[in-house]
Amino acid sequence: MLYIHCPYCEEHRSEEEFHYKGQAHIARPDDPDNCTDVEWADFIYRRDNPRGEHKEQWYHTVGCRKFFNAIRDTQSYEIKTTYKVGEQPDMAAGIVTGQQGSNAS
Amino acid sequence: MSQTNLRISGGRIRRDRPIAFTFNGHRYAGYEGDTLASALLANGVDVVGRSFKYSRPRGVMGMGAEESNAIVQLGATDATEVPNVRATQQALYDGLVARSTNGWPNVNFDLMGLVGALAHRLMPPGFYYKTFMRPAFLWQSYETLIRKAAGMGSSPVAPDVDRYDHMNHSVDVVIVGAGPAGLAAALAAGKTGATVILVDEQEEVGGQLLHRQAKIDGMLGADWVEQALSILLSLPNVTVMARTTATGYHDHNFITLHERVSDHLADQAPEQSVRQRMHRVRAQSVLLATGAIERPLVLANNDVPGCMLASAVSAYIKRYAVMPGKDLVLMTAQDDGYRAAIDWHDAGHKVVAIIDARVTAGDDCTQAARSRGIAIFPQSGVIEVIGTTRVKAVKVAALSPNGEQVVGNPQTLICDTLAMSGGWSPAIHLSCHTGAKPEWREDIAAFVPGLTVQKQWLAGSVKGDFRLADCLSAGSEAGTATAAFCGFTSADAVAHQWQVDDWDDGPAMAYFHVPHTKATSRAPKQFVDFQTDVTAAGIEMATREGYESIEHVKRYTAMGFGTDQGKTGNINGMAITARALGKTIPETGTTIFRPNYTPVTFGAVVGRHSGQLFDPERYTALHRWHLAREAVFEDVGLWKRPRYFPLAGETMDEAVARECLATRNGVGILDASTLGKIDIQGNDAREFLGRVYTNAWAKLAVGKCRYGLMCGEDGMVFDDGVTACLADNHFAMTTTTGGAARVLEWLEHYHQTEWPDMEVYFTSVTDHWATITLSGPQSRALLAEVSDGIDLSGDAFKYLDWRQGSVAGVPARVFRISFTGELSFEINVQAHYAMHVWEAIFALGDRFGLTPYGTESMHVLRAEKGFIITGQDTDGSVTPFDLGMGWCVSDAKPFSYIGKRGMARQDCIRTDRKQLVGLLTVDPNQVLQEGAQAVDDPEQTIPMTQLGHVTSSYFSHCLQRSIAMGFIRNGHARMGDIVYYPNLDGTATAAEICSPVFLDPEGARQHV
Repeated sequence: MLYIHCPYCEEHRSEEEFHYKGQAHIARPDDPDNCTDVEWADFIYRRDNPRGEHKEQWYHTVGCRKFFNAIRDTQSYEIKTTYKVGEQPDMAAGIVTGQQGSNAS
Repeated sequence: MSQTNLRISGGRIRRDRPIAFTFNGHRYAGYEGDTLASALLANGVDVVGRSFKYSRPRGVMGMGAEESNAIVQLGATDATEVPNVRATQQALYDGLVARSTNGWPNVNFDLMGLVGALAHRLMPPGFYYKTFMRPAFLWQSYETLIRKAAGMGSSPVAPDVDRYDHMNHSVDVVIVGAGPAGLAAALAAGKTGATVILVDEQEEVGGQLLHRQAKIDGMLGADWVEQALSILLSLPNVTVMARTTATGYHDHNFITLHERVSDHLADQAPEQSVRQRMHRVRAQSVLLATGAIERPLVLANNDVPGCMLASAVSAYIKRYAVMPGKDLVLMTAQDDGYRAAIDWHDAGHKVVAIIDARVTAGDDCTQAARSRGIAIFPQSGVIEVIGTTRVKAVKVAALSPNGEQVVGNPQTLICDTLAMSGGWSPAIHLSCHTGAKPEWREDIAAFVPGLTVQKQWLAGSVKGDFRLADCLSAGSEAGTATAAFCGFTSADAVAHQWQVDDWDDGPAMAYFHVPHTKATSRAPKQFVDFQTDVTAAGIEMATREGYESIEHVKRYTAMGFGTDQGKTGNINGMAITARALGKTIPETGTTIFRPNYTPVTFGAVVGRHSGQLFDPERYTALHRWHLAREAVFEDVGLWKRPRYFPLAGETMDEAVARECLATRNGVGILDASTLGKIDIQGNDAREFLGRVYTNAWAKLAVGKCRYGLMCGEDGMVFDDGVTACLADNHFAMTTTTGGAARVLEWLEHYHQTEWPDMEVYFTSVTDHWATITLSGPQSRALLAEVSDGIDLSGDAFKYLDWRQGSVAGVPARVFRISFTGELSFEINVQAHYAMHVWEAIFALGDRFGLTPYGTESMHVLRAEKGFIITGQDTDGSVTPFDLGMGWCVSDAKPFSYIGKRGMARQDCIRTDRKQLVGLLTVDPNQVLQEGAQAVDDPEQTIPMTQLGHVTSSYFSHCLQRSIAMGFIRNGHARMGDIVYYPNLDGTATAAEICSPVFLDPEGARQHV
């Protein structure tokens, strides 16, 4: 079970408080009526399925009810950082919840 | 035999506390401190079960989680019994009742054993695949037979009477395993002040120290454990839990600890005690000190009772004061195995010989054996065990230096016990749970944990450091490191240096499979996986049949598929596979262990979330009244809604008929409080509504209501409801009962992520308002009696108006909207007043024939009017136009609202889409089956061309005939056509396509 930092509540909470909302930064086209069917299908259906870092949207369903973004590694499930809607991720100040290859001893 | 003959002095059992227990119907005696396995050994019970496939007699082989033979069904009654319990991990308690999982009619005379003995040549690996896969329709019959024959334990059929619970923790350090490494780590981490949980799956902490002869700082291992434990118990920041298994190591350092709280007390447990508890722990760091599991050697008939792991032999002698037999032969490939022979000898029993596959053994162990006069056969192997229900002798022969060929003539040694020590496999299971790929270490011939993404440390045997001194120092260092990682350090941070007095173990030999004078395929069975009856010959056959991947060999042979997940067998099996393929073990690869480490009872998984606490239940403010009126309830989401209110002796159909007619002819009353209600405010609220609904909202005046459809971006309907304009920037939205949470999330999603600059606020007020619907021609007259301040006349209070006033003396919002087609008023009052208002209405209602109705009548009444229920008449693939509700779609709105573009897709504007229509059966008494598929020609060949399904179907007592709604391809253009609904019995029901508005199409009844 993931341990997710809500950027609004500013604390880590367990995954069961959240809903996953899919790939982040899928902007609704400004002029839907002039989109082709293919463009519209891209907007509503087609999503990346990367191996590695994935920008995705989460909803703090039973917490603050805010949507936010996370960068999660789809292989390790490591969450590199979380950030508010409208913000760009600050990787330097990111909240890191795992560490690659930490057989520390 | 009785236990007194096999008991020796010493051990950790409480001789002053004798215990009576029953196994397979026989009564036995043991002591507190015994496990079921040690007590069975003490009572001379050799055969504890029968094997899975060949039904061979099996005895206790191990002493802990690795046990694959002594698997029992525990418990005296169906309500308390637990299947698949390892006798080696079950503490003995007074009155314990257990029986063998396998072995019908009993373990000593087993019918299947005869079958197995005769038929084993006929049951090669893949037998079940090869034999029972075809014809597929017979699989269910086969499965029943196979399961009965296999005896996989039986599922209890009575409700569990015991309590289980969950506990959540957030700690700095979790240490798994309280052997020397884990204890040393806990001492080091504990003194820094970090919060530490130390768990061990055994009944008491200490691990192998409880039966090793080695000394630490001059103390015997068991004494050192006691001292360490007393220090740990004095630290308030340290929690020590024995009989607690770390069953799963999950993402982000989440670890589940399964504590058997009172399994060792059973009936003697305190009244309120839980039986088991699942600790859900989020740890900053996890230290695995899980130790290692000894491997048996693969040799002919190595499953005969009396064949045991060498470490288990030592444990039974030193911890439980039980001699597992009289005359021992030890077969080993490492120095550590010698300890069992020394313990056996020192307990006063005869060690016939030590058979060592290696050319030379270490000095210390050789010296220890020689000084006791124990014969050592170097470069030799036990090639076969003789006996069926107990070891009678072993055949021993000289081997080639690599151990792969028999080079000498076999000789027979008489003994009743064979201790086997093939080497130690680090217990890497939890590490595997994190996705770490095990790494092979040639120097110790074992897999160790690979790199992980978790905050994980390792210490001791799990890392391949088998020497006691190394376990202690590594534990101390890792304990300090985990605490430091969490920000805790201690003034004396230097790792403690322990003085250890122990043998210096020499190198082990990578040795897995002892050859026989015959080829493996012809030799007596050489077992690899005892629980699933996989043999060396079976693995070789699998590779001959072309299985090259270890994952395929595993599935084909079932190796590792038992409840022990191959704890003792997997490495041996990989080694044999590798050799058969001419590859190395790392080239062959390893299989991955998955949660859970040992089986977890459903009770512990569920905790308190069962029965009433399985799911929350939501009640309306009027629930007590419904109960008193003996309503029959149905679940709608989490809500309990009255389905109908039967009078004495009424069936549902009779009740629904009465409720519907009363509503159409007089006045009915419905508790509609479960409708989702969202309060929407803000300067941009109106514009927002226009973007999420398909119709126009710009001109909705204060005091008016409007019905709206909500679509996804794909143009498909997903919710509907009525929204009232309370003020220019204030609206009250209703949603479907089941869709309330989804709609609120939908609104928030668009507001927060797409249109954050809009000023609009959403508040769920579902529970704050109760909604009471009065419906029927008498509803106005009744409402007039109980309300104040509202002009109810048809001219002043029109259809789709709402008014503020008072009902039964309390403030109310009254909406004139209708889901029945009748004159209707929905009275919204604060939920606290609901019962008062409801009762006030009933106090006056008799005169009007006021009749409460439930959701079943609501469904019939709305279907008579062709009103849809989203989720029943829609399924996410339906546009407003498909529903014939194009009137609810605006194309005049400047903003391209949600759903507009989707509805304009090529696929959505086809004329031959499935469209919602009404359906009248030709025989008015026949009611169509909801879900039934329409066809044009019922005589066509199967598969028939399907036109669409029935979504709603009822018998209407108002219309005295059946009515239905459903989808028909291009249905809107097919009014009057007859379609057919094939039935299971070969007949077909004919129905005419019509408008879905069956009653009062002009709307005369509600516009009065």
